[in-house]
Amino acid sequence: MSAPLLEVQDLVLGVGARTLVRALSFCLRAGEVWCMLGPNGAGKTTFLHTVVGLREPQGGVVRLAGRALGDWPAAGAAQQRGFLPQTFHDAFSASVIESVMLGRHPYLSRWHWEGEEERDIASAALRAVDLAGFEQRDVLTLSGGERQRVALAAVLAQDAPLLLLDEPVSHLDLHHQVLVLEHLLGLARGRGKGVLFTVHDLNLAARFASHALLLTSQGTVRQGEIGDVMSEPALRETYGHGVTRIEAAGRVLFVPD
Amino acid sequence: MRRTLLIWLVLAVAALAAFGFALATGSTRLPPLELLHALASRENSVAGEIVTQLRLPRALAAFSVGGLLALAGVLMQVLLRNPLADPYVLGLSGGAAVGALGAMLAGLGALAVNFGAAGGALAAILLVFALARRDLARQQIFGALEASPRLLLAGVIMAAGWGAVITLMLTLAPEARLRGMLFWLLGDLNGAESWAPALLVLVLALAVTYPVARDLNVLLRGEALAHALGVRVALLRRLIYVVASAATALAVTTAGTIGFVGLVVPHALRLALGNDQRMLVPASALAGGTLLLLSDTVARSLLAPQQLPVGVITALVGAPAFMLLLMRNPGKA
Repeated sequence: MSAPLLEVQDLVLGVGARTLVRALSFCLRAGEVWCMLGPNGAGKTTFLHTVVGLREPQGGVVRLAGRALGDWPAAGAAQQRGFLPQTFHDAFSASVIESVMLGRHPYLSRWHWEGEEERDIASAALRAVDLAGFEQRDVLTLSGGERQRVALAAVLAQDAPLLLLDEPVSHLDLHHQVLVLEHLLGLARGRGKGVLFTVHDLNLAARFASHALLLTSQGTVRQGEIGDVMSEPALRETYGHGVTRIEAAGRVLFVPD
Repeated sequence: MRRTLLIWLVLAVAALAAFGFALATGSTRLPPLELLHALASRENSVAGEIVTQLRLPRALAAFSVGGLLALAGVLMQVLLRNPLADPYVLGLSGGAAVGALGAMLAGLGALAVNFGAAGGALAAILLVFALARRDLARQQIFGALEASPRLLLAGVIMAAGWGAVITLMLTLAPEARLRGMLFWLLGDLNGAESWAPALLVLVLALAVTYPVARDLNVLLRGEALAHALGVRVALLRRLIYVVASAATALAVTTAGTIGFVGLVVPHALRLALGNDQRMLVPASALAGGTLLLLSDTVARSLLAPQQLPVGVITALVGAPAFMLLLMRNPGKA
């Protein structure tokens, strides 16, 4: 069996003097879709930033495709994992297609200019997030949800085996939330990609994720297959708020008390 | 790519035309044929001497300084991810001005003034670097992924401090020196014969910046995204800072603090031609050089023999032109 796409061992996460998570060990394999759930400030974004390499862990090891994160050359790591930040801020105008083609950056040599091939990949990524026809629009003129889908399209164009997405659907309308998550699920099932995304909507998590990682504000962690982990007591402990599980229309639904 | 080459070609032709205009204009006007003849005959004729000994060095200095300022402007705007950044935003011009004015105040010659400017610029560069070292060098990007507030703050505070020292110097300066000092502050190419260092640094800066221009495009989208796309963010940011600082320092040392070019040329090109730094880096250098060369020619010939500070011309021409551009592109900035 090939090395897992992402593996962390005894990871310690903290911000300043505050320790968020102690000794987290976690493993994500090809074809798995993990949702990360937890209250605000539990360390979801900190975890993502750490495995992306934006911050040093306070302890423990992060391995990307079997190799320690620090041993990856910058461009090599970028071909291995894509990352969608939670917030972005555009100060300068750029066309949507240019923005998405930036996702090809790790594959292009220094002197190479984006051409037909990159344009096709970017257009396909835009179609996947339902933004066909937006190629020439200026990113500064887009709505928040459209902007988020452009960023997502850039990550799709990057076409890495591992996708780390910080609240990929937070600004999207209901239709596009389902569309985007279905596409990600398709990538995992059809092309063996690994996906890890944070989300606050329990129903979307339960519907699209194969596995769940729960972080509580006390720093405890639960993880495993979605059906096992997303139980009423576990979610109550995670959020400090009661949740009722119901089954309706053939789906599992969670309703906050 | 083809469009970019075309843009460069048009700008290069414009630059050449500006050189022709600058060399032909002055107290001795030379029609095109005579200008070519004068250039060919070099020192053997009066016209040849005027053109090659007086006008050409000044034109080369003007072009190089304009190119340096516009290039530094592009880089500072990327570094700070702020379209309002200009080469002086981090206080470099203030340091240079304090050094240069100090030399003038002491009654030293032109060479010492240049050294003073260079020394002051270097001091300002090092101070900001020390103050914002964590910001420039950070490998880790915390919580908010906004652009560099610390670096910008350090620069703004430094600029305020230098400004106070400059005002103090101007207040204390004897009447006789005041005019020269004011001209230096406004930017003045009169007596700027040392074009070679500026041109050399311009070429070097382009040679260093152009290969990383696509990385700059990525960096402009945010540091976290740039990191995720394989850009070595900390290294690149330090490189941009050093190149932009060196370019600005050379420009200021050669011609004083000429405003406007570094802010508006990059921005006007962004509005008109798009935001690909691979196109912008060379295009800004060409357009900035052309703009300053034309402005300087106007500055020295408009009210001849009276010479105007070139900074006045760049702003007088540039501000309305930029307003027109803004009105033509509503919603973009």
